[in-house]
Amino acid sequence: MKFTLPAFFGRMAFSALAALIGAAFALPLLWFLFAPFNGRAELGLTIPDPFTLNNFVTVFGNSFAVQALWNSLIQAVGGVILVGSAATLAAYALSRSSIPGKGAVTYILLLFSSVVSGSAAMVPIFLIISAAGLMDTHLAVILTFAGGLLPTAMFILRDFIDSIPKSYEESAMVAGASPVQAFFDVALPVIRPGIVVIVVWSFVNIWGSFLIPFILLRSDSNMPAAVAIYSFYSEAGTPVVTLLAAYSLIYSLPVIALYLFVSWKFGFRFFGGIKA
Amino acid sequence: MTTQPITTAPKRKVRNFALLSNRAGAAFLTPAGILVAVFVIFPFFWVIFVSFTNRTLLGRTALNPEFVGLANYLALFDPNIFFQRGQFGFSLILTTQFVIASALIGQALLGLLLAWLIQTVPAWVKRLTETFVIAAWILPEVVIGFAWFAFLDRDAGTLNMMLNAIGLPSGDFLLESPFWVIVVFNTWRGAAFSMMLFNSAFSSIPPSYFQAADVAGASSWQKFRDIAVPLIRGHIVTNLILITMWTFNTFTPFLLTNGGPSYRTELVSIYNYRVAFQDFQFGKGAAVGVIMMLINLAFALVYLSLGRKKKVR
Repeated sequence: MKFTLPAFFGRMAFSALAALIGAAFALPLLWFLFAPFNGRAELGLTIPDPFTLNNFVTVFGNSFAVQALWNSLIQAVGGVILVGSAATLAAYALSRSSIPGKGAVTYILLLFSSVVSGSAAMVPIFLIISAAGLMDTHLAVILTFAGGLLPTAMFILRDFIDSIPKSYEESAMVAGASPVQAFFDVALPVIRPGIVVIVVWSFVNIWGSFLIPFILLRSDSNMPAAVAIYSFYSEAGTPVVTLLAAYSLIYSLPVIALYLFVSWKFGFRFFGGIKA
Repeated sequence: MTTQPITTAPKRKVRNFALLSNRAGAAFLTPAGILVAVFVIFPFFWVIFVSFTNRTLLGRTALNPEFVGLANYLALFDPNIFFQRGQFGFSLILTTQFVIASALIGQALLGLLLAWLIQTVPAWVKRLTETFVIAAWILPEVVIGFAWFAFLDRDAGTLNMMLNAIGLPSGDFLLESPFWVIVVFNTWRGAAFSMMLFNSAFSSIPPSYFQAADVAGASSWQKFRDIAVPLIRGHIVTNLILITMWTFNTFTPFLLTNGGPSYRTELVSIYNYRVAFQDFQFGKGAAVGVIMMLINLAFALVYLSLGRKKKVR
């Protein structure tokens, strides 16, 4: 390859353009990065003056705000446990048993999971939860998310398990293990990285979701942080914006941490269509 | 079947020796099966049933809905009001424009451009750009909504501050051009997915192709147009279908505009929410849901048939 002056300027232009687009993407988030540390509450973009951590102290002193974070945690962890365990069992069965119609099951799962979106199915989901007497409970949110996230989770895990050689479990069974023992003692440890991906993915999805808890929950004591933040900034009588920014930052931290964890642990692989 | 014979046993015997018996397999499938059946498959059929009733959230018809035939659909498609603001037709056209502008043009082109740019730029520029583009994608939607709310604020928002700094007047963009706000918003929010998909597609192209083009003196644009794009055509189609489906179903703009002002950003998802949960007409809301699912179904069938073809090849 020859090093020419036009090529050099071309590369400079590429870098400049990439940096410019990056900056444009950063702009809407800049205020959100500064405001939580600002002693004065304003929507203008300024270097925090005076710089303070008081906003975080105030947020943690607000029982409603803390309760909402706690609710988010209950719903996300509950959903993750359901999705993780049910998806692992089901994906293992789809990969390792010879139940008739496995291919059809997978196809139907994929089809329905992309057709029945939260925003298209909000009426029947509301009616089912209401008929089951679960309206305004954590369980309503947990079950709805578990059902909605399971098809994709099963599909990803099944791919993962398919790529693991069967000989692991086979040798265990030759040594006298039952199929269930082979699953729990031999297969499960090997599948663990796949389960971690599913767990992180469903946690981030439930933690960040707004619409489902918004329609299924009524009382303040059950609201997750997503709905709390929305009601803070959308209702009349604007709140102290810097407090809300601090709260939003706290609420975002688990998502950022999990993202960094996944990209550190697995190197950010590209997980197909992962996003509900 | 990918089952490998272990020894010299006849093939049929090996196939019978599945690791999990059918009974155990069925037991393993049960929990997931129940959850998916109740919350994904059943809603699909029940929404069709509800859409033929006059069910409401409150009042007499909440408990004893009556069968009304196609009345909900006729109301949605009433030609006298179909295209009026706040009606179904208006919302459907708005959503189509939104999908074309923000997903097919905005996200896909910007993602393609970004994926191409970061192939050649220095590592630190690449990392910095990727960080912000991906941040826009992974942060929770409510936080993004609030951040944009502050960003666009008429009096003190960052955008108006910058406009003033270069001598342009402030604007109340959420009031003046709400549609373009949600278009830019959704482009910004979702470009990361296209960027990552195209990025991984580009890196699957053997470098020797580009080296050969370099020797022949091809420009970056020529390499992009004549080598890269034709080779990733399959990825482009996949990407366009996926982002179309997501953008069609997205509810996130609600967090920025509430569907207003005066229905100007009322996408079908938001229209569905308003009809069902603000006007309390569940029957009509269900009919909207049915139409949304039919549109989803069309895209999903195309998508799945593409996937099958790829596997055969």
